[in-house]
Amino acid sequence: MTDTFHDRSPADLVAEDHVAGRLYTDPGIFEQEIAMIFERTWVWVAHESELPAAGSFKSTHVGRQPVIVTRDRRGALHTLLNRCRHRGASVCEKPQGLANGFTCPYHAWSYGLDGTLRGIPYPDGYEGVVDKGDLSLRKLRTESYGGMVFATFDDDVEPLEDFLGDARLWIDRFMKQGGGYPIKVLGRHRFKFRGNWKIQLENTTDGYHFPIVHRSWMASVDPETADMMSFMTDPAAVTHALGNGHSVMQMVPEHSDLDADDGTEPLQSRFDPLVRELSRTLDPTRVRRLIRAMHGTGFNLNLFPNVSMSAAFFRVLRPISVDETWIEHIAIGVDGPPGVEAVNRERLRIHEHFQGPFGFGTPDDAEGWDRVQRGARGAPEMPILINRGLARETTGPDGRPTSHVTDETGMRAAYAKWKEMMSDA
Amino acid sequence: MPERTDAPAPIPMTDPRVTRAVELVWREAELLDRKDYVTWNELFTDDGLYVIPVDPTGDDFADTLNMVYDDARMRRMRVTRMTEGYAIAAVDAARTVRTVSRFVPQSASDEEVVLRSAQILIAYKRGNHDIWAGEVLHRIRLSPEGPGGDRITRKVVRLVDSEEAVPAAGFLL
Ligand code: FES
Ligand SMILES: [Fe+2]
Repeated sequence: MTDTFHDRSPADLVAEDHVAGRLYTDPGIFEQEIAMIFERTWVWVAHESELPAAGSFKSTHVGRQPVIVTRDRRGALHTLLNRCRHRGASVCEKPQGLANGFTCPYHAWSYGLDGTLRGIPYPDGYEGVVDKGDLSLRKLRTESYGGMVFATFDDDVEPLEDFLGDARLWIDRFMKQGGGYPIKVLGRHRFKFRGNWKIQLENTTDGYHFPIVHRSWMASVDPETADMMSFMTDPAAVTHALGNGHSVMQMVPEHSDLDADDGTEPLQSRFDPLVRELSRTLDPTRVRRLIRAMHGTGFNLNLFPNVSMSAAFFRVLRPISVDETWIEHIAIGVDGPPGVEAVNRERLRIHEHFQGPFGFGTPDDAEGWDRVQRGARGAPEMPILINRGLARETTGPDGRPTSHVTDETGMRAAYAKWKEMMSDA
Repeated sequence: MPERTDAPAPIPMTDPRVTRAVELVWREAELLDRKDYVTWNELFTDDGLYVIPVDPTGDDFADTLNMVYDDARMRRMRVTRMTEGYAIAAVDAARTVRTVSRFVPQSASDEEVVLRSAQILIAYKRGNHDIWAGEVLHRIRLSPEGPGGDRITRKVVRLVDSEEAVPAAGFLL
C-alpha cells in the first residue's frame, strides 16, 4: 500500500472530530487559505472608533495584502489596497492618522480618501495612454455592523449581515459593556508567534487551557476575579456554534447580557475606590452598569476567520506565513463624559495585567502555541484532536450544537467552515 | 512630553554621581540576564515605577496602554510570576544577554541622577535569536549611606519597535 496521505486535498484533512497536523505546517495549504479564505470572505479591518473623523485612516491587512481603511468627507468608509496604480509603491506607511488623501512618494500620483486618482504630475506623457478614471486605488467591499468594520476582496460574497447571521445578537450584547455609552478603542498590543494562524483561531474558543496555562495569572488576581473565571465545572458555562464558523463561548454566563441585572450580584471589592470616584459625577445606576462591565462581557465571540471579541478586547490575527502569525490585542473602553476616564484607566490596567507581550497571560499562551507548531512537525498525518465534548453536545432550536465551555465545539464549527471554504472550487 | 534630550550643559560621565548611577544600571542589567528577579526588585524604591510603553513618544503612562506599567504591587506580583514556576513562558524563557551603553546623563545632583541609555538585548530560544533594542531612562535616587543604598525610582524602556509586533517574552527588559 502506498501512503496517499500527502495526495489528499486540504478539505479531506478535516473531519468532524480531528484535523491533520499538516494543516499547521504545509506551505501549500497556507497559500490556498490566503486565496480561498482570506481573499474571499469578510475580514475584520477596524472598529469605527478608530476612524472618528472625516479624513481618518488606518493601515492594516486583509490576508497578506496591505490596505488602508478611510473615512471620507461624507462619512463613508472605504478599504483601499495600499498599492499605487503606477508602479506599485505603497501610498501610506503611517499606522493611523488624518489625511486629505494619499500621495505616492515615488512619482506623486495622488489619490482621494475614496481611492480616486486625483492627480498625475507632468500628465502630458499620459495623453492618449491612460484614462485617470480607470486608475483609482483598488477598492474592497466594505460594510460594518455594530461598529465592527469588515472588508472583502470578493464583490459577490453575501452581505456582511448575512455572513454574521446569529453572531449579530452577540455583537449587540458585546457593545453593552459601554454601560450605556458607546465603546472605543483605547490602545493595542501587538505580538507575534512562530506558529500557524489556526492555532490562535482555536485558542479563542479553548476554555480547556485556561486554568492550566493561565495558572500564573489566576494566582495573581484578587479572589473575586479568580472566582469569576472559574468556569471549568460550571454547567451554565457553554459554547454554542453560530453558523458560518462563528461561535460564542460563555465563560461568565451571568454577564452574557449585561442589561440583565437583578441587583443581587455584589460588585467586586477591588473596584471600591473606582466606585467612589465615579459616584462624584454619575448616578448609582450608571456606576453599577459601568463597574459590572469592567471585565467586559462574559463571553468570547469568535468570528471566522480573523477576529474574536474577547470579553473586554478585540483579538485580531494576521497570517504572515504558514508558521508565523501576528496578533493584536485591542483594548476597548467607554466613550463617555470626562467622569468615566477613571473607568478607562482601570480597564487599561486590567488589560495590561493579562494581555500583550509582557502580560501575565499572553506569553504563556504564546509558549503553548509555539509548542504546538514545533510538535505538529512530527507525524503530519497524525490527528490533532478536536473531539472534546462530542458525546455531550446538545442541539439547540437553531439546529446548532452547544456544549460545555471547555469543549471543542467552537473549533469544530470553525473547521467545518474552513473545510467548506477550502472545498469550493 | 518626552524627557528632554537637549540638556544645556553636558554632564561629564566622570562625575562620581553619574558613575554611581551607571554602576547601578549595569548591576541591574546583569541581575536581569541572570533572572535574579527577587534581588532585582530590591533595587526599586517603594514608589518606583517600571514602564515599557507602547507609544514611544509620550510619558502619560497612566492614561495609555503599556506593555508593562508596574508600581511596587504589580512588580512584586511579576517577580512572583517569573519565579514561582506556574508561568510556562518564564519556566522556558529565552536566555538573554544585554548591553547598556551610550549613556547620556540628563541631570545629576547629590540626591538624584537621571540617565538615558541605549540597550541592546539578544534573546535566544529554540534556535532563534530575537533582537530587542530600546532607549532606556533611569531615574536613580542616590543614598546618603553610599552606593549600596542607591535605588531606582523610575525605569522606562522605549523599544524601537514598541508599536509593532514583538515576540511575547518570558523575561524582563
Ligand atoms: S509608483 Fe506611485 S507614482 Fe509611481
Ligand atoms: Fe489563553
